[in-house]
Amino acid sequence: MKFGILVFPGTWSDRDWHHVLTRTLGHEAEYIWHDDRDLHGCDAVIVPGGFAHGDYLRVGAIARFSPVMDAVARFAENGGLVLGSCNGFQILTEAGLLSGALLRNASLSFRCEWVHLRVERADTPFTNACQPGQVLRIPISHGDGNFYLDDAELAALEARGGVVFRYCDAEGNVTPEANPNGSRNNIAGIINERGNVLALMPHPERCCEPELGGTDGRYICDSLVASLAPAAR
Amino acid sequence: MSEATQTATLWLARIHVTLKPAVVDPQGDTILSALHQLHFNDVQGVRAGKYLEVTLRAADADAAAASVDAMCSTLLANPVIERYTFDVEVAPED
Repeated sequence: MKFGILVFPGTWSDRDWHHVLTRTLGHEAEYIWHDDRDLHGCDAVIVPGGFAHGDYLRVGAIARFSPVMDAVARFAENGGLVLGSCNGFQILTEAGLLSGALLRNASLSFRCEWVHLRVERADTPFTNACQPGQVLRIPISHGDGNFYLDDAELAALEARGGVVFRYCDAEGNVTPEANPNGSRNNIAGIINERGNVLALMPHPERCCEPELGGTDGRYICDSLVASLAPAAR
Repeated sequence: MSEATQTATLWLARIHVTLKPAVVDPQGDTILSALHQLHFNDVQGVRAGKYLEVTLRAADADAAAASVDAMCSTLLANPVIERYTFDVEVAPED
């Protein structure tokens, strides 16, 4: 099982992902530079956090035109699993692989802290190790995580079960106080209609070992690995 | 760049990109409250946006406008959250 980890100029979570996928989980992972035109036969793609191309103009706006993104779009079209986190979420929305956009945090502050997420769907390739309604504790680290969709599209996203993670309190209550960035409906992570592209603002790769203060990131990583396992046999 | 393009007129496009009215603009709201603190009490609202100047070569104003429109819809504005306006004029001599 081989993971491809995209690296744009300004990506910063690529090495954390590599560490988790190889040393913590024991799989193969390869960095894929943004101007590469193919994905080196990887089984799943990780779009990590950071500030790709400096996030100039808008977050993710320049990165979506990097050559590698054509390969990612084709990979997704063929049903390949793509997981984005933080800047990866922003890039995937700009690329049109996920709906919506990430605006400046409502507080205007960069928020770097632990949050709680309620798992709304446990039947996706990225959450099959979770229970529906389970509360995960995962850190965020972003200035532009305020998920926006207009009323009609938001209703459509909710109706089709596109929301996978919502910011909540430790008991799983979805409250305004638990929303760190002003996201509509406390949305922290969404999945595409086909169910093979998911992104979230929090950083599962930063909480896969007890030394880092939490291991709930493993639920997402283990889900992904379990989803790929049949293909690897 | 083709020879025809190099000899075509140089145009200046002034582009404004703003958040759609329905999109909350915390920067604008913060600027508004700062203005109120400075006693500009007649200020009713502030929306923050981006201003871009793009110089380009094109055969005529229509061609320049078509090109700028394509740039805006492709890259410079995100239609999910933003809208844009622009005007095009012959670029002033330096």
